[in-house]
Amino acid sequence: MSSQNLFAQQQSNRRRSALLVAGFLIFFAWIGFGGDLSYYLLTRDAPPGSYHHTIPFMGIATVAFAAVIAWSAWKRGARRVLWATGAWKVVEATTPEQRRLVNVVEEMSIASGVPQPTVWIVPDPDPNAFATGVDPREAHIAVTEGMLATLSRDELQGVVAHEMAHIQNLDIRLMTLLAAMVGAVALLSDGLRNFMRFGGFGGRRGGGSSKGGSGPAGFIVLIVWLVTLLLAPLLSRIMAMAVSRNREYLADATAAQFTRNPAALASALERLDAASSATRSISRGAAHLCIVDPGERRLAARDGAVADLFASHPPIRHRVVRLRGMAFQQTKRDAAVASTESPPA
Amino acid sequence: MLGYILLGLVAIGVVWLIATYNTLIHLKNQVINGWKQIDVQLKRRHDLVPNLVNTVKGAMDFERETMEAVIAARNSAVNASGVKQTAQAEGMLTQALGKLFALVEAYPDLKATGNIAQLQEELTSTENKIGFSRQHYNDVATHYNTKQAMFPTNLIAGIAKASPAELWEIEDDSERAVPIVDLSSK
Repeated sequence: MSSQNLFAQQQSNRRRSALLVAGFLIFFAWIGFGGDLSYYLLTRDAPPGSYHHTIPFMGIATVAFAAVIAWSAWKRGARRVLWATGAWKVVEATTPEQRRLVNVVEEMSIASGVPQPTVWIVPDPDPNAFATGVDPREAHIAVTEGMLATLSRDELQGVVAHEMAHIQNLDIRLMTLLAAMVGAVALLSDGLRNFMRFGGFGGRRGGGSSKGGSGPAGFIVLIVWLVTLLLAPLLSRIMAMAVSRNREYLADATAAQFTRNPAALASALERLDAASSATRSISRGAAHLCIVDPGERRLAARDGAVADLFASHPPIRHRVVRLRGMAFQQTKRDAAVASTESPPA
Repeated sequence: MLGYILLGLVAIGVVWLIATYNTLIHLKNQVINGWKQIDVQLKRRHDLVPNLVNTVKGAMDFERETMEAVIAARNSAVNASGVKQTAQAEGMLTQALGKLFALVEAYPDLKATGNIAQLQEELTSTENKIGFSRQHYNDVATHYNTKQAMFPTNLIAGIAKASPAELWEIEDDSERAVPIVDLSSK
């Protein structure tokens, strides 16, 4: 990877991460102050003695809440993602498989020039892997037990190189923040839906006068606000996935540059594709962090608008085709200078 | 007026001198550091070889020639100095090890003991690390060499005691053909 190209990727990820946090705060401000506004409009024409909502308590509360979530996503997001998958940290490699994994991570750390990440193993028989963290200096690579059992050394190297590429170009920062925040939004949305179902909102309003006098303005704000609130989890999911797809091609290419062995990563991806079961221990919230979609592989294999909208990863066969193309070019280059060199073993 | 202009030019010259000098020193240190990274891995490799030989010695007594070749290659690699000599000696060691591991394949009992598989994994990994740090070293060294040869930096290369760093080149074809000892592929 040319350093210029890498620098551009890092800059773009820094900017997107900042935008993500800003968008997150604005979204919560909209929910809070939107609630305040509609409540204000509803109580504006109430008789002088009754309650008038003039101080935007809700807005202040939600923004403070969002700030805390954003801060903790930055500080503890990576740990939370790892914790959610039940991964354990490899402190001292005990089995040959673990030893091999640690060695491969060390090798790729040298090849990429990225400080050595912490190695985790996810107890799941389905082969998958992901990287997380907000800073390359404190990054984590997690691999499932199924991955260790299924792949050969070279294939594992390709997979680790792919994750290393995500770490190096700061994809992990954006992805980890997104995972932590998407989780928080989903939680909040569920909570609010329950709150309204049990009449928390209606009850408080019920005691006052009829809302006839407040005019349609309060209603419209209320409705728009509710619609956003209900659509939020869906939107955040689509955003999470849109953000991750092109990155996979890029990380595949960078991985090939690290290992100089695109064919190994291609065959690793084919093996991962062949494993049909879902990676149960990795929840949907962390799907975009993984090397292959942990959920519906069948969806990931499809083309078309719906798949484009919901799949967190490009179809594996498209990735394999690109990698095989690189491998072919490599052998062709080597063949072109075969008079002085023999092809790589 | 003329005095000020002259003073300004001298100041610019001094600033340029300092900046260029520092760049060269920085690059030189990067090259030295890159070499040290290789050295760490080479040292590890040299430490692993005696272990390997001891492990296989009993079972492969009649393959004495191969083992002696490994030991000889290892010893000359330990004593090698300078980039070129080291590269050559390490290349020999790689070949000797490759031969040894190829022979080990013929001894299923020996392979079945965990120890040799472990040693093989360690040696494979060390060789990969040497390969990757060599890429890094060559990149840095090339950058350093280009920088000090370019005008006008070359004017003060002498002051910074900059001299071209040697690249770790793979010289011979057979060595190229066996860059990685990986017979364990399953």
